[in-house]
Amino acid sequence: MIKAILIFNNQGKPRLSKFYQPHSGDAQQQIIRTTFHLVSKRDENVCNFLEGGLLIGGSDNKLNYRHSATLYFVFCVDSSESELGILDLFQVFMETLDKGFENVCELDLTFHVDKVHNILAEMVMGGMVLETNMSEIDSQNKLEKSEAGLAGSPARAVSAVKNMHLPEIPRNINIGDINIKVPNLPYFK
Amino acid sequence: MALKMVKGSIDRMFDKNLQDLVRGIRNHKEDEAKYISQCIDEIKQELKQDNIAVKANAVCKLTYLQMLGYDISWAAFNIIEVMSASKFTFKRIGYLAASQCFHEGTDVIMLTTNQIRKDLSSPSQYDTGVALTGLSCFVTPDLARDLANDIMTLMSHTKPYIRKKAVLIMYKVFLKYPESLRPAFPRLKEKLEDPDPGVQSAAVNVICELARRNPKNYLSLAPLFFKLMTSSTNNWVLIKIIKLFGALTPLEPRLGKKLIEPLTNLIHSTSAMSLLYECVNTVIAVLISLSSGMPNHSASIQLCVQKLRILIEDSDQNLKYLGLLAMSKILRTHPKSVQSHKDLILQCLDDKDESIRLRALDLLYGMVSKKNLMEIVKRLMTHVDKAEGTTYRDELLTKIIDICSQSNYQYITNFEWYISILVELTRLEGTRHGHLIAAQMLDVAIRVKAIRKFAVSQMSMLLDSAHLVASSTQRNGICEVLYAAAWICGEFSEHLQEPHQTLEAMLRPKVTTLPGHIQAVYVQNVVKLYASILQQQEQAAEPEAAQEVTQLMVERLPQFVQSADLEVQERASCILQLVKHVQKLQGKGVPVAEEVSALFAGELNPVAPKAQKKVPVPEGLDLDAWINEPPSDSESEDEKPKAIFHDEEQRQARHRQPEVDEEELARRREARKQEQANNPFYIKSSPSPQKRYQDAPGVEHIPVVQIDLSVPLKVPGMPMSDQYVKLEEERRHRQRLEKDKKKRRKKKEKEKDKKGKHRRHSSLPTESDEDIAPAQQVDIVTEEMPENALPSDEDDKDPNDPYRALDIDLDKPLADSEKLPIQKHRNAETPKSPEKEDVPVVEKKSKKPKKKEKKHKEKEREKEKKEEKEKKAEDLDFWLSTTPPPATAPAPIPSTEELAVNAVTAPDNTCEGLRREEAEDENDEAEQDPERKSSRHKKKKHKKEKEERTKDKKKVKKKQPEPEEEAAGPVENGAAEEEPAPPMSSYCLLAENSYIKMTYDIQASLQKDSQVTVSVILENQSSSFLKNMELNVLDSLNAKMARPEGSSVHDGVPVPFQLPPGVSNEAQFVFTIQSIIMAQKLKGTLSFIAKDADGATHEKLDFRLHFSCSSYLVTTPCYSDAFAKLLESGDLSMSSIKVDGISMSFQNLLAKICFHHHFSVVERVDSCASMYSRSIQGHHVCLLVKKGEHSVSVDGKCSDSTLLSNLLEEMKATLAQC
Repeated sequence: MIKAILIFNNQGKPRLSKFYQPHSGDAQQQIIRTTFHLVSKRDENVCNFLEGGLLIGGSDNKLNYRHSATLYFVFCVDSSESELGILDLFQVFMETLDKGFENVCELDLTFHVDKVHNILAEMVMGGMVLETNMSEIDSQNKLEKSEAGLAGSPARAVSAVKNMHLPEIPRNINIGDINIKVPNLPYFK
Repeated sequence: MALKMVKGSIDRMFDKNLQDLVRGIRNHKEDEAKYISQCIDEIKQELKQDNIAVKANAVCKLTYLQMLGYDISWAAFNIIEVMSASKFTFKRIGYLAASQCFHEGTDVIMLTTNQIRKDLSSPSQYDTGVALTGLSCFVTPDLARDLANDIMTLMSHTKPYIRKKAVLIMYKVFLKYPESLRPAFPRLKEKLEDPDPGVQSAAVNVICELARRNPKNYLSLAPLFFKLMTSSTNNWVLIKIIKLFGALTPLEPRLGKKLIEPLTNLIHSTSAMSLLYECVNTVIAVLISLSSGMPNHSASIQLCVQKLRILIEDSDQNLKYLGLLAMSKILRTHPKSVQSHKDLILQCLDDKDESIRLRALDLLYGMVSKKNLMEIVKRLMTHVDKAEGTTYRDELLTKIIDICSQSNYQYITNFEWYISILVELTRLEGTRHGHLIAAQMLDVAIRVKAIRKFAVSQMSMLLDSAHLVASSTQRNGICEVLYAAAWICGEFSEHLQEPHQTLEAMLRPKVTTLPGHIQAVYVQNVVKLYASILQQQEQAAEPEAAQEVTQLMVERLPQFVQSADLEVQERASCILQLVKHVQKLQGKGVPVAEEVSALFAGELNPVAPKAQKKVPVPEGLDLDAWINEPPSDSESEDEKPKAIFHDEEQRQARHRQPEVDEEELARRREARKQEQANNPFYIKSSPSPQKRYQDAPGVEHIPVVQIDLSVPLKVPGMPMSDQYVKLEEERRHRQRLEKDKKKRRKKKEKEKDKKGKHRRHSSLPTESDEDIAPAQQVDIVTEEMPENALPSDEDDKDPNDPYRALDIDLDKPLADSEKLPIQKHRNAETPKSPEKEDVPVVEKKSKKPKKKEKKHKEKEREKEKKEEKEKKAEDLDFWLSTTPPPATAPAPIPSTEELAVNAVTAPDNTCEGLRREEAEDENDEAEQDPERKSSRHKKKKHKKEKEERTKDKKKVKKKQPEPEEEAAGPVENGAAEEEPAPPMSSYCLLAENSYIKMTYDIQASLQKDSQVTVSVILENQSSSFLKNMELNVLDSLNAKMARPEGSSVHDGVPVPFQLPPGVSNEAQFVFTIQSIIMAQKLKGTLSFIAKDADGATHEKLDFRLHFSCSSYLVTTPCYSDAFAKLLESGDLSMSSIKVDGISMSFQNLLAKICFHHHFSVVERVDSCASMYSRSIQGHHVCLLVKKGEHSVSVDGKCSDSTLLSNLLEEMKATLAQC
């Protein structure tokens, strides 16, 4: 079981939090904070596992995390999940995000957290891996988009109009080097 | 109007959306909280609007704020409103918000039930999908109960997208509403073979989660998973299955044997690291579950260790970490194979990654031996120095202590070294584990008598330099060791070299800055010390010196009397008065030492932490018995005395046990040992403390080796453990030389010598450890346990564990009361007898008469015992035997799989020999297993004869109890108990020719209201190899065979296996029946190719498949009250029959009806019984069976008159044979 999925940036600002076990709002914030502290003080190129699982109940749990550019992706999982499998799930997740946002960057996640949730919902449901096939996730996403097409587009147009008045949107901050372009999964050939 | 709407929506356009909110927050970095509270006010306004789009937008923003930590529970109702929006995008926002913030305490959640139900049945798959996703996050017990049935229907949805979500969410439903597990399980099992890989993977996922918590209930699925494992190519699924097998193997070692080969193949063949890793893990689990002595498995261990070494050597830190993780699992059972990689693991200790270092530390624990302990600890100590100020250092510290103290200090040869290590550790600043060191010091000093002198000298030094320890800023950690030091110096003060100096050290003013509980120990032990000084000086006849000491006490103690700590204050003032009194007596010249030291006479022995719990209940004490008769209820009175009597009987039986002769005991002991060795959960301890107690009746009898005096007992200054390492090496060298000398002399002497040395050795001999004798022959005083303490430890499970509720036997047939609640038509007459205790009562009734038949009592008892086990094990046993796994679905199976199956069966043959050997030690059940296989043919003949003898004219042939008979559980129960009833089998002959023999049975299940499963056993009677078997029937209007998708009604269904000569196997075919009120026959053909040395021929065998009305009945238990209600309701039609000339006993007669017609006995009075059954389409059938002199009359009531008359006709035919 996956107990929680967290995304936060280098400063510890949450970008997405999904808990598959009930926690009160305060506890959630506390978990995000402590997880950030645990994860952020680790060097680069050390292993991606951390036995700080006490955070989300039970010593059975492990933190699997991945740091890419400005974001930390953290999955808290218990022993029924394969460690390397979860690392591949990161890969699937990032690649799907990349497709969905066209060259994903932190700002995409910041402004469209709902969309990230929707993508995640097709991958993981109730703490269990639902789908790992990227094209499946993607096609369903497309279908959803087309269904929501009418409702979706004016909103985007409106925000485009509104954006024109704003000084300038830092749209160029690109995080191209998130490993996302790696075409194959290292552990799943 | 229109204009107004346009204006409204233009206004809306300039509401903030999520992006605006995020942008706003980013632009207000300084006053974020203020900005957000503004936004929340705006949102509150927006939520008051009627426009659902506005509400949805507001809820979307709230979801974002929730992530930032703002409470949005106040908007729960609005969220529900948005959930019920008709537009998918809005609905999705609503469900997302709900999934983020709803929990069991959210009160409005019960309002969602109908909305969710509507969404679940929505024609749009995305509505359904989003509802399922949302529900998976906030499902409550109520929701689970109300929606379980809807979700179960969705599990068979046409779209795989819905199916997989429905399957997955069932796990959450099970957790919240455990009652749903049994009814839903058959369908879940079906989904394991779903054509869509996503659905399959979801089902595997759910079952793996379930099985992980309660593995024993899922053993029977092993064959199915095995099939999946050999056929699936999806690595995610494979990983899950392999992990699941890892959880199952400890329960069934035979499964492990079967697994090893395919897993090893996978290890060799796969290129996916994740899969490789899980395979290695499961192989390890298998090896743990098997006995370790098997030669052919050492190859597997080697393979695992070798692969893990590759992982550890990899530059990828993740692989390194996982390699170490898995290595530690091997270590537990096969320490030797890991120990050879010590170099690698020590290397990992230097890794820059803390996670890796920690894992390596874990491994070290199992790698130490007498030989290398000092070296390893030395290495760790250098790490301790390097790792100042980190939590890693604390971890190191605990590990050092763990390593040294493991299995009762098994690996420590020189306790002086250990004490000095502990003292060195006290120099660590800022550690949290001072108490650990203190505990070790106390433990060693108390239990290792020979070391006390040395320990005391070290501790007194520690007390002397207490200012060093206590002066550091973070005092609270390490100063705990002073607690131990003070106590040791006080308790064993007779060993002190300079007690006076120590006493002064303990009375220094600085001491008052220590924490209260330490001061308290100081005060108490000062007196002990004082007492021993008094004694010494009085013996030496130095009264002045004694008085000086007393004076010192009187001067210094008041500083403790003023302590803020109550405990210290109380003790100090008490003792001060005592000392003053002593001073008075001393003044008069009265000798006081004797009396003072009498205060502390006697020795303290360590008591095991669980000692209290293990005190056995004294004989004859029944804590549950009433002291006074309780005020009696009229009903329960009858039962009570019986129960007590029964209890007594049992107790007597227990007392009789010890009379078993020695031989038997020895045999049992051996068997138990064997079992323990095979059981990975049995902790192989060093010889149990009690045992050692018995072995060593007194300290005097222990051959004590002289303490090596070359080791200076007092090391000047603070001790350095390194010195001891060198000294120890020298000592060992000397010892070796000595031994060599001895060897040359006499062998006998040497042996004697060894015996003495090995007294303390544990069951785990490490390489060449034997050669090292401990420096001090120490007597480790064991912890005291009460006499007759029970050796076993029941691990107390957490009663609040949510997974415990899911510990449900899935093999039992489904009772009527267990069906999932369906909203639309809740049957008023479903037996609602709530007490589950009713069930055993009913059973008991049916058992009673049977017991009267003395002849077969023995047999019965045996059977009873085994029954339960066997029933479950049957399925698995069958699979674990040499025949290929029974195919459970008529789906066509690719030929590659057939090969795989064959390949798998091969290695099992080789295992059989071994298994047979084991069988001697194992219980009867296991013994039966190989026998059943080897003598299948013989047995069959034997059975036939038996049948003839008993004049059972039916062409019944009992091959082997088929797993499918489980479906008729209680009936089978009845049948088995009713010896000497003729052996009954539900399998009847279908057709037979020179090649093949077919027998069949029809099973119905309540879950599928118009489907029955026909199990056909195909037995190859020829010497040819039968393959390409295909079964086809001519469908009638009423009954159709389920064929694989895409095939026409004229196509046959392939049989998913081949039959070598003399082998039989079972295939199942599903039929859909429309009307079940009439019996019917279907014509069919089995075609196959028979291949022998001369070539292959195409053969055919025609048959007629008879669907009797009885085969549509499902044995359903019914409570008598529900039964009465049913009869009263009056909407049943009635009919009756009478059969003459019956000689069979009533008991057997009922059993026969139960067995062949799937009824269950509701109640029985003398020669009259009421019975009940239910058809797959929900017809109730009630029978009243009465036995006359030579006749039996059956009155039946049923909701369908045709069905009833047909049933009675069938029953007449059965009874006519009796």
